[in-house]
Amino acid sequence: MTVTLTVNGADHALDVDPATPLLYVLRDDLELNGAKYGCGLGQCGACTVHIDGKPAFSCLTPVGAVAGRRIRTVEGLGSAGAPGLLQQAFETEQAAQCGYCIAGMIMRAQALLDRNPDPDEAQIRAHMQTNLCRCGTHMRILRAIRRAVALRKGTQSAQEVRR
Amino acid sequence: MKRTRWAPWRAGRGTAGRWVAGGVLVCLVGIGAFLGIAYRSGLPPVSPPKVETFPAETLARGAALAAIGDCIVCHTADGGVPYAGGRALATPFGTLYSTNITPDPETGIGTWSTDAFKRAMRDGVSRDGSHLYPALPYDHYRQVHDGDLDAIYAFLMTRAPVVAPARANDLIFPLGFRPLLAGWKLLFLHQEEFTPRPDRDAAWNRGAYLAEGLGHCSGCHSPRNLAGAEETGTKAYSGGLAEGWAAPALNGSSPAAVPWTADSLFTYLRTGVDGRHGAAAGPMGPVVHGLSRAPEADVRAIATYIASLSADRPGTAPKTPALPERTAEAARVNPAGASLFAGACAGCHEDGAPMMTQGRPGLSTVTALQLDRPDNAIRAILQGFHAPTGPAGPAMPPFAASLTDTQVADLAAYLRSRFSDRPAWTALETAAATVRQEESQP
Amino acid sequence: MSPALSSLSRRGFLAGGALVVSFALAPRAFAQLAGGGEGGAGPAVLAPDLKGSLKSTPWLDAWIRIDGDGRVTVFTGKVELGQGIRTALTQVAAEELDVPPATVTLVTADTERTPDEGLTAGSHSMQDSGTAIQNAAANVRMLLAAEAARGWGVPTEEVTTGGDGRLHAPDGRVLAYGEVAARLSLHMQAVPDAPLRKPSDYRTLGRELPRVDIPAKLTGGAAYLHDMRLPGMLHARVVRGPSAGTSLQAPDLDGVARMPGVVTVVRQGGFLAVVAERQWTAIQAMRHLQRAAYGRPASPPLPADGSGDAVAATLAALPARDIAIMDTSEPAGPAVRSVKARYTRPWISHGSIGPSCAIAHYVDGTMTVWTHSQGTFDVRRVVAELLGLPAERVHAIHAEGAGCYGQNGADDVAADAAVIARAVPGRPIRLQWMREQEFGWEPLGPGMMTELEAALGADNRIVSWRHAVWSNPHNNRPVGAGGVLAGNEADPPFPVPEGKPIPMPEGDGSRNSNPLYSFANTHVVYHFLKDMPARVSALRSLGAHLNVFSIESMLDELAAGAGIDPLAIRLDHMQDERARDVMQAATDRFGWSRRPKGDGRRGCGMAFARYKNLGAYCAVALEVEVDRETGRVLVRRAVAAVDCGQPANPDGVRNQIEGAMVQSLSWTGREAVRFAADRRASFDWSSYPILRFDDVPGSVEVVVMDRPGAPFLGTAEAGQGPTAAALANAIADATGVRLRDMPLSPERLKAAIGPV
Ligand code: FES
Ligand code: FES
Repeated sequence: MTVTLTVNGADHALDVDPATPLLYVLRDDLELNGAKYGCGLGQCGACTVHIDGKPAFSCLTPVGAVAGRRIRTVEGLGSAGAPGLLQQAFETEQAAQCGYCIAGMIMRAQALLDRNPDPDEAQIRAHMQTNLCRCGTHMRILRAIRRAVALRKGTQSAQEVRR
Repeated sequence: MKRTRWAPWRAGRGTAGRWVAGGVLVCLVGIGAFLGIAYRSGLPPVSPPKVETFPAETLARGAALAAIGDCIVCHTADGGVPYAGGRALATPFGTLYSTNITPDPETGIGTWSTDAFKRAMRDGVSRDGSHLYPALPYDHYRQVHDGDLDAIYAFLMTRAPVVAPARANDLIFPLGFRPLLAGWKLLFLHQEEFTPRPDRDAAWNRGAYLAEGLGHCSGCHSPRNLAGAEETGTKAYSGGLAEGWAAPALNGSSPAAVPWTADSLFTYLRTGVDGRHGAAAGPMGPVVHGLSRAPEADVRAIATYIASLSADRPGTAPKTPALPERTAEAARVNPAGASLFAGACAGCHEDGAPMMTQGRPGLSTVTALQLDRPDNAIRAILQGFHAPTGPAGPAMPPFAASLTDTQVADLAAYLRSRFSDRPAWTALETAAATVRQEESQP
Repeated sequence: MSPALSSLSRRGFLAGGALVVSFALAPRAFAQLAGGGEGGAGPAVLAPDLKGSLKSTPWLDAWIRIDGDGRVTVFTGKVELGQGIRTALTQVAAEELDVPPATVTLVTADTERTPDEGLTAGSHSMQDSGTAIQNAAANVRMLLAAEAARGWGVPTEEVTTGGDGRLHAPDGRVLAYGEVAARLSLHMQAVPDAPLRKPSDYRTLGRELPRVDIPAKLTGGAAYLHDMRLPGMLHARVVRGPSAGTSLQAPDLDGVARMPGVVTVVRQGGFLAVVAERQWTAIQAMRHLQRAAYGRPASPPLPADGSGDAVAATLAALPARDIAIMDTSEPAGPAVRSVKARYTRPWISHGSIGPSCAIAHYVDGTMTVWTHSQGTFDVRRVVAELLGLPAERVHAIHAEGAGCYGQNGADDVAADAAVIARAVPGRPIRLQWMREQEFGWEPLGPGMMTELEAALGADNRIVSWRHAVWSNPHNNRPVGAGGVLAGNEADPPFPVPEGKPIPMPEGDGSRNSNPLYSFANTHVVYHFLKDMPARVSALRSLGAHLNVFSIESMLDELAAGAGIDPLAIRLDHMQDERARDVMQAATDRFGWSRRPKGDGRRGCGMAFARYKNLGAYCAVALEVEVDRETGRVLVRRAVAAVDCGQPANPDGVRNQIEGAMVQSLSWTGREAVRFAADRRASFDWSSYPILRFDDVPGSVEVVVMDRPGAPFLGTAEAGQGPTAAALANAIADATGVRLRDMPLSPERLKAAIGPV
C-alpha cells in the first residue's frame, strides 16, 4: 500500500504496511538517522519527531496515521554545516556524551521553544521530563536550551547562560 | 491537567446547564434560609501547638489517616510545597483554589483550635465563621470519629509551616457569596458519625468506616443530584463522574469484565494495577497514590468493604466470565482500527509484548472498554496517564499529537469490538473531539 | 576489503576512508593483567619498560602512520563510548607530534587495523592508550627530527617543530613531516625515554577542543552502528524468554515462517531468531514467537526482591571464598567510640538508552562483525569459538553504540548476529535487541553488601577499621563462547565459565575496599561469591560504588558521633597530598565552612575517593533539601573536584564527571532491579525508573585540577562512589536519618523519618 509522507518539507511516496511505526520508515526507508529506537514503548523520547508541530513518539505512530501531515525530524532543523539554533547551542555547550538521546532531546526542546520562546527553568524541566538520558547529560542539555533561548532573545551574553 | 476530587464541579461541559439549574435552586433555598442559619461565629485563635504536645502514636495515626483521606493531593499545587494549597480545582462555575493547611498562623491553620478544625471537617465552616465549599467533602468527614479527627489535626499541625496566602477563587456570580452554602448544607448535610454494623466483621466495618468517611469513595462513584449532592440508597455506588472521567459503578452494576474480589481490589488500590483489571488512571491515580502509603491493613479493610458492595447492592451487570477476544472479527469490521492498533498499541498490549509477558493486565480486562460511554477509553488514548504510585508502575503515553479524532474513533471502535462483547460505541469521533477540546483548555 | 566495508566507507562511517594495511600487531596471548586489569582477554606484555599499551604493542607503526602529504593516522585499540576518547586521543597525538589536530585521523579498535588494547573499560583509556600514543608520538617526532637533522647536517637538538607539521632548521629551512616520513620506516620499537613536549609549550593538550563526534550526533548524521545500512541488509530479531536463564517452551515456528516478509527462522539448539526484509516484520514475528510460555529452572533461585535485608539474605546464603585484601596492625590507643554498620546495594541495570545492536556479514568463510562492545578483540575470540572459525576468519570492527557503562548486551548481540549471519551467508544482518530484551538479558551490576566496624580513639584518630565485602564477580567479560548467551544456547552448549575475582590493586567486588586513608589496624576481607543468582558482570565502577559509599558513610557516622567536621576527619587521616588538594578544592568551591547547618530539611554532605587508589582523585560535596512529607530529596547544588593528572581536555573531564554524578544519583537514589520468582520483573522504564529532569540537581559544578604534564589518570568512573556517599551524608546531615541500603529512595527515607 502506498503512503505519502511529508518529511522536512519533502514528499515521499512509500510502499509500506500502514501499521509500520513511523520510526522504522524514517530510519530504514528514508535513511534518516535522527529519530532513534530507545524503547518502542513511548517511555524514553529517543524517537521524538514533530507531527504538525507537536512532539510525538515516532515509535508509536503508525505511518498510515500521518500520511499527508507535516513531519519534522532533527534533520529538518539544520545540518552539521548549517546547524539550527538549538543544535548550535548544544554544540557550544558540548551537550552530549554518547549522544543517543540528543536528537530526541532537541526535538522535544524545539517544540517548547516554538510554543514559548522564553520559558523559565521550571518550565524547561517540566517540559523535558518526557525524555530520558542515561549518560547524565541533563545539566548540559538544560544549559543548551537556556543558551538557545538567550541566543534567540539576543539580549543576554552567552556567559550569563552558564551558571 | 488539573485535579479535583469533588466531582460535580468538574462535570463534563454538556451537563453544566443542569448544574447551573441546580445552583439556582440552591440559591433560592439558600436565600430563604439565609437569615436564620447562614451566620456562624468565628472561633478564637490559638497559638500553634508544639510538636511535643502530641504523642508519637497520635502523629503516626494522623499520618495514616491523612494518607487515606489523601489531603495532600488537593492541598498541594503542581510542583508546590505539600499541604500549602494553591491547587486549582477547575469547575464549570469557575475555579476554586485549595487552601494552605500547614500550621502557618497567618496564611495557614496555625491559629486553629481542635474545635475549629473539627468544625471545618464536619460542618464546612472556617475558623473565622465563613462557609467552605463542598469541594472539601465534609459530608463524608462528618462520619469520622472524634479521635481520628484529633489525630489528623495533630498531624497537620506538625507540618512545617509555609507562608502561602490563599488565592482568590474565581467563581461565577453569585456563587462567590459563601453564605449561600448554608442552604446547600441545610438540604444535604445530614450525615452522622459512623456506626458499625454488628452483622459484619471488624475488617468490613473498618473498611466501611474508612471508605465512607475519610476515603469518600462514593464522592466519585455515586451519581449526584441536580444540586450536586450524592445520591444515596439504591443509587449509591452506581457510578459517577470525576473530572470528566466516568467513575465506574462499584455496586452490582460494576462493569468490570472480571468481577472484583477483595484481593484484586487490594492489589489495585495498593499498586495502581491488578493483573485482571486495568490500571488506575485519571482522578483514581492520586487516590491510589495515597493508599500506596497508607497502612496495609486499612487498605485491605477498604478492599473488603468495597468488594462487598457488588453483593450487597444489586445492579444491572451481567456476570460473565472473562471474554474471549474476537481479534479476527474485530479486524474485519474495523480494519483501519486494527492497523492503528498494530502500529500504536500492540507494542504494549498485544500478546507477546513485554507488558503482557510480565503479567500486566490485558485489554480484555480493562473496565474502560466495558463502560457504556467511550470517554474514559478516549481520554486514556489522548492524554495517557502517569504511574499513580510514583515513578515505578504502569503508565501510558499520550497519543493526542499522533492520532486524529477520526483515527481515535477508529481505534476505539476496534478496541470495543475486540475486547468487549457489549454494544458498539456510537458518535466516537464527536466524543474524541470533545475530550480533546476539554483537555486543551487550561 | 569486503564489499560491505567499502560501502561502509563510502557512507563515511569510518574516519579516514583510506584503507591502511595492517601489520606489526602484537602476537595474541594472554597477559597477566589482561584487558588492562578489567577482565576480558588481552595481549601479552612484550616490552615491560615501555609505557601504557606500548608494553604489549611496542612498534611505532602500529600506532602512527604519516602519509606523504603529511596526513597523520593514529591507531588505538580503545573505542568511543561517548566519553570523548576520540577527541582526547587526537589531542594527545597532535600535541606530541606537534601537528594541528585537524590533520590527525584516529582509527579505533578494529581487529585488522589497530593494536589490541584489551577492553575499553575501567577508566583505562587515557592511562593505556593515551600514554602509548603520547610516547609513540614523541618517538616519532624524535625520529623525524633526527632524520631531518641528518639531511640538513645540523645537530638533532637544533631541529624544532612549530605546530604546523613541519620541521625547522635553525637557518630557516623547513621540511614537511610527509617528506621526512617517506624516508623513514616507523617499523621499529619505541624507546622508553623519547622526550615529551613541555607542558608550558602545549598547543593542543589541555585545551577545550570541541568533540569531534558531536556535530553528527546533533544533526542526524551517521554516528552509530545503529545507523549503518549495508546493501542487501536484512533485519533480525532474536527470541528468548523474558529474562536471562528462561526459555520458551513451544514457540510457533510454523506460524512465523509463513508470515510474509520473513526470510528465515534460525533455530540452533536453544538459539532462536527471525530474519526479515523489514525491521517491522522481524519485530512482529518476534512478538508472535514470544507468546509462548516460558520456564526457568527452579534453582538457583533469583535474588530476593526488595529491602536491604533481602539483598543481604540472598548474598549471605551463597558459599563464599575469603580473600584478604588488607591487614595492618599498628599500636594505637584504646577505642572510645565505635560504630558498626551494614550497607547494601541491589542489582542495578546498565540501562543504555539505545538497546544493543550489531551487524554481521558472512562472506566466503569470513565473518565481519560490527560491534559496540567494549572488547572488540574479545568479540573476535568469542565469535571464532562459537562458530568454530579460525580467529583470522573473524574481523571485528568497533562502531559507536549508545552509552556503554560496562558489559551490557553488546557482546551478546554481536554473537547473536554472527550466528544468524552464518545461517544467511552473503547478506549483512542487522540485529538490535528490544528494550525489554536489554533489560531482561544484559548482565546486571551485582548486588553487594558490606559490613564495617570502626573505632575512634580519645584523640579522634581511628584506631581500628574493619571492612568486609560480599559480592559476586563483576568480571564475567566474555573471552570465549561460554560468556555469551548464544554460546550457552548452542548445541552442545558452551558452559558459562566460572566467575573469577579480579585481583587487587584493581579488584572487582573488592575495588576501593582498601581505604586510601591512614587508619590504624585495618582489616579488609573480600567474601567472593562465585555462584551467581542473577546474570551479572561489570557495571561502571564495579565494587567501588558500594565500597566507597560504605567507607565514606562510616567516616561521617564516626564524625557525627564525635562531633567532628566531616572534612576534618578526612584530612586528619589523609597523607596523600593530591587527595587533600581535591578535598580542599571541592569544599572551597562549595563554601563548606559557610554551609547551612542541617536543620531537618536542608543539609550538606561530602565524600572522597581515589578510583581504585590508582586512578583519578575525586571529591564531591552536595547540598540537599528533603521534603519531609514525601521523602523526596532534591540536590540543590553539587560540586566536584577531580585530579586526573594532565587533563587532555578539561571540558571532556567535566562532562564525564557531571555525567557520573547524575548517573550515580540515579543509581543510588532510585534504582533496583526487581525480581519475580521466575524472571526479572524490571523490563522497561516504568518498571525500572531512572532520574528524570525534575529530579536532577539545581546545579553541578566540576573543578578540574591543573596538573601540567602529570601522567594521565582514568576519570570516567571516579565520580560514582563519592557522589553516592555524599548523597547519604547530606541526607543524614539534613534529617539525622542514616540510610545504609541503596536505593536511598523517597519511600525509604519517608519511612525512616516517620510522620513528623
Ligand atoms: S523509542 Fe519512542 S519513546 Fe522510546
Ligand atoms: S547522552 Fe547518552 S543517553 Fe543522553
